[in-house]
Amino acid sequence: MSVSPTPRTRRPLSDRNITLLFIMPTMVILVLMNVYPLFYSLYLSFTDYSVISAEPPKWIGLENYTTILSDQRFWSHFAVTGRFAFLSVGLQMLVGFGLALLIREKFRGSGLVTTLILVPMMLSPVVVGVFWRLMFNPSYGIFNYLLGFTDINTAPEWLGQPVLALWAIVIVDVWMWSPFVMLLSLAGLSAIPNYLYEAAAIDRAGAWFQFRRITLPQVMPLLLIAVLFRTIEALKQFDLVMGITGGGPGDATEMVSVRLYREAFQGQFDTGLSSALAYIVLIVIVAISNLYIRQLNKVREG
Amino acid sequence: MQQSPGAPRQPITSSTRVDQVGFRPQLMRGIKAGLAVVAMIIMLIPAVWMGMTAFKSRPDAVSVPPKVFFEPTVEGFVSLLTKRRQLTGEEIDAYKQRIDLSFADRLALKRGQAIIGQSDFPKFLRNSLIISTVSTFFSVFFGVLAAYAFSRFKVRGENDLLFFILSTRMLPPVVVTIPIFLMYRALNLYDTHFGLILLYTAFNLSFAVWLLKGFIDEIPREYEEAALVDGYTRLQAFRKIVLPQSMTGIAATTVFSFIFAWNEYAFALMLTADVARTAPPSLPSRIGTGGVEWAAIAAGSLACLVPVILLTFGLRQHLLRGVTFGAIRKG
Repeated sequence: MSVSPTPRTRRPLSDRNITLLFIMPTMVILVLMNVYPLFYSLYLSFTDYSVISAEPPKWIGLENYTTILSDQRFWSHFAVTGRFAFLSVGLQMLVGFGLALLIREKFRGSGLVTTLILVPMMLSPVVVGVFWRLMFNPSYGIFNYLLGFTDINTAPEWLGQPVLALWAIVIVDVWMWSPFVMLLSLAGLSAIPNYLYEAAAIDRAGAWFQFRRITLPQVMPLLLIAVLFRTIEALKQFDLVMGITGGGPGDATEMVSVRLYREAFQGQFDTGLSSALAYIVLIVIVAISNLYIRQLNKVREG
Repeated sequence: MQQSPGAPRQPITSSTRVDQVGFRPQLMRGIKAGLAVVAMIIMLIPAVWMGMTAFKSRPDAVSVPPKVFFEPTVEGFVSLLTKRRQLTGEEIDAYKQRIDLSFADRLALKRGQAIIGQSDFPKFLRNSLIISTVSTFFSVFFGVLAAYAFSRFKVRGENDLLFFILSTRMLPPVVVTIPIFLMYRALNLYDTHFGLILLYTAFNLSFAVWLLKGFIDEIPREYEEAALVDGYTRLQAFRKIVLPQSMTGIAATTVFSFIFAWNEYAFALMLTADVARTAPPSLPSRIGTGGVEWAAIAAGSLACLVPVILLTFGLRQHLLRGVTFGAIRKG
């Protein structure tokens, strides 16, 4: 096939200039909307400032950080967030990997089943959360009925008790995000070469042995990636909490992000303090991700 | 090619595992498939229940015990889309005499209410649509340019730049909102469409670059090189060879970016008030006011979720890449 190029009217751009031209807009937008805010909030975290007051930020050094770290309440927000992350990521791994093992072998309609299972994770967390509030209602919610608690007087009040309220959020998070773990597990499972199982079968290895010695080690790297993604998301959790409990009852499910929102945009509008809290959250997330990535590399090499 | 006697005439491309033949493995497969279907049904209950609640009447939505069979009505949608006023007994009688009542009026009258105007929800939905569409366009547009440059040219510090781009997406939204709020207030961008569009563009851009780079990496360089030899300029080759070839990737990125912007809550909550407010943050605030109209909330949720569910089906081939930033590819 012969293609006739359009006649050149001016010198074409060099590759170098194209590179610059193509990458620049992205970089400008990201620096403007991400890097600049990061440094700005680092500065604000060392100041006493409120967005609703007319006074300019006043430098107070580390005072915001010491206030936060010496306040029992903030520690309890971190504890709630940690407990939530641990429970929901753990359960998601179990449920998601379990689902992947079920769907692994193709059957008639398995494509449709897989897609339908993936629906929850594409939905808006806050919208879903608000609706789950109805489902958790002790008198007219469907959740208790499905669990078999048909007597209103003895049915658990999911959003009314501190421990259950946290579990309620865990349940919704597991419902939403187990499909994600399933998807990653399926990708890992489909990459396992069949001959490993054939060799094991010839050696008359049992199903459990095959699972422990072939399946699990082969999907491990992808499972760890799933843990990493989900842990970061769980530590950032905001939408679901706002949708389901709004942090209640009391402050039983008030996770760090929710607290951060309240400090920054409600009540006192304590911008300086909330910036410091934001930075602490950021540092925790970066530290945990680094630990995971190191572990992940070890598994990959080993 | 010389065939040795007894060799298969065609290359063997598949094999049947000896341990998978027979009754027991087949039974196991059946059980697994059955369990998978059960799991799917359980996963879908909340979405189905939402769809049902949206078509329930106000008392049916909160009946004890929950009603599985009910008379469908669009009452929920009417109360989602309108502002209403409670009528007194006499007013109700007077209203019933009138013959100019529309279908919606009569539905509201059943609950003793008169429609006094449109609610803000259509506006929120329209905002969501505008902001998601425009921001998706920009993030895909800039994303495809950057992805092409990263994929084809040597960029100094490429890996660091790519990692930087990725890490911006890992930031908790609440962390960057405070300075952006201050910035927007100074620039008069608070509660504007443009403000949210800019922010969503930035947020989706990192994702778009990663995802599109994966797709463009897979297009053989030879295609472009052949075009260059034929006298095309780089830009022409990009437009006429690379862009058409990466259409699948562009489509997938578009849909993922759109879904993200459409579902986003935290930024919209903190950076908009009324003019540019999108649909997701408007739903929780409906709960605060008086008696909760669950049918209306379910109707609103349904309006938010249906487009996403439809898009998910179109996307199923690319879901894995999309939700992992293109870091993991199938097969």
